[in-house]
Amino acid sequence: MVDSLSYSLQKRILIVLFLLVPIVLLVLFSLYPAGYLVYLSFMSWDGFSPEKTWAGIANYKEVFQTKEIWQAFGHNFVYLIWGLFQNALGLFFALLLNSRLKGRNAYRVMLFMPYIMNGVAVAYMFNYVFNSEYGSFNTLLRGMGLDSLAISWFGSPKAVNHVLGFITLWKFMGLNMVIYLAALQSVPSEIVEAAKIDGASRFQTSMRVVLPNITQVIELNLFLTIIGTLEMFDLPFILTGGGPLGASDTFLTKTIATAFKFNNFGLASAMSITLIALVVVVLGVQRLATRRWSD
Amino acid sequence: MREKAFAPLTLFKHFILWIAVVLIVFPPYVLVMNAFKSKTEFAQTSVFKLPHSFLNFDNFVSVMTRAHLDRAYWNTLLIIVAAVIGNVALGTMVAYVLGRFEFRLKKLIMGTYIALSFVPMITTQVATFTVVKNLHLYNTLWAAIVLNLGTSVLQLFIYLQFLRNIPRELDEAAMMEGASLFRIYRTIIFPLLTPATATIIIIKTINIYNDMFTPYLYMPAQKLTVVSTSLMNFSSERSTEWEMMSAAILMIMVPIIVLYLFFQKYVFAGIVNGAVK
Repeated sequence: MVDSLSYSLQKRILIVLFLLVPIVLLVLFSLYPAGYLVYLSFMSWDGFSPEKTWAGIANYKEVFQTKEIWQAFGHNFVYLIWGLFQNALGLFFALLLNSRLKGRNAYRVMLFMPYIMNGVAVAYMFNYVFNSEYGSFNTLLRGMGLDSLAISWFGSPKAVNHVLGFITLWKFMGLNMVIYLAALQSVPSEIVEAAKIDGASRFQTSMRVVLPNITQVIELNLFLTIIGTLEMFDLPFILTGGGPLGASDTFLTKTIATAFKFNNFGLASAMSITLIALVVVVLGVQRLATRRWSD
Repeated sequence: MREKAFAPLTLFKHFILWIAVVLIVFPPYVLVMNAFKSKTEFAQTSVFKLPHSFLNFDNFVSVMTRAHLDRAYWNTLLIIVAAVIGNVALGTMVAYVLGRFEFRLKKLIMGTYIALSFVPMITTQVATFTVVKNLHLYNTLWAAIVLNLGTSVLQLFIYLQFLRNIPRELDEAAMMEGASLFRIYRTIIFPLLTPATATIIIIKTINIYNDMFTPYLYMPAQKLTVVSTSLMNFSSERSTEWEMMSAAILMIMVPIIVLYLFFQKYVFAGIVNGAVK
């Protein structure tokens, strides 16, 4: 009796002690900033002056009325196209590696490697690959006699987002692949065997038996990809700074520039909230769509 | 008979996979080809050509001093060690409490962790920035340490999942012998969570090493540069000296690749667990 009493007291003390620091961290660096962001989005503030003035929904109005912001947002869609392609490739390679194949772990390790590489290093590495003069890609093109194709990749407003989209695919395809592969390996081999015995071809087995069993993971990968494209930031930030003339700006590079370059924290906050709202909407729509599809 | 019929298919699979491998290796390969060339050698030879000697480390030595990479490695290491130790300690504590006990605010706390994981970290920097400034952490290594201390949902899920597989009978047996709950955490739970902790250490190390935005935003001082920001600084000064840049990029890239090759098991475990749960 005494023991159980003391344990229940211990339990209380332990819960408080063990959760104290983590909750302080969570509140300070996640919860409070999220709330403060909402507050700031209704204010007009330059980031350093002591006074913030109430702006109402003016910031949100400005977000929706500023053409450049939505032009930048349009660039995110270029990444989306590459992201969907990246997903398809990830699934394709996962299916390839899910069969008995010599050296499949070595392939998996290689194809996943770009994902763990330092993002800044990867960015500058591709800056070198696509450099118009010394770049290895243009050298290759010229070597094949395709001089007219050897353009300035980061200098062309039309090409720049596709180049950045390609680099994203290069870096993140392995992530999709590894997640798909794990899901494929968890599909019970009995049902695959059963389909084969029933005379299904390899392609039929993949399409009708394996894929329906991993819809949740396809959903997850698509979600990760869409969120990734909405939140595209590092690459254009490091490589082009949004240039030439804003041609490679994304929603987030614009947001960060609005805050830290133009000191318009109110507008930047409203942009952030808009982006978070978009993420939530995408999540909801995708949930609905996949539920309908899998039914 | 069947096996033979599929041999061409297997060959074809290898062929496709090799194309992918070549596409992945090509950019780093070009770096390796050029990082060992002197300035004149670089100007005179094709970017695909082997250097005269792979023993010409001049560029690496020169980058080390000019980009202050020694300092950058050191700062990065300090941040990783401090943040990872704190992160593991706090993460196991949270998991133990949330995984073993029932109490009133438990659902709320779990829900908060999950809900906040949907808020992209980079978007809240506008607000986090003021918090960091008010805590006087701006332009100190503590900014990066503290921002990496908190438990993420991914870690929490990995720990909770492992915790579920530790039989409660172990806790109960220890309680029969009068062990305190803290002792149970320290001598039973924490050691048995080691495989999960190994995964989390590796994933966290990779994340901190690769993070560019936190150090860029919160630690702009020259003496606080980490690997990512030192490469950015070096590039803004010497972006046209490609043989130097090649060496610099490789020096930033290689440590994490080596770590990955040694601990791939844990990396994959972390990625898969985090994603599929």
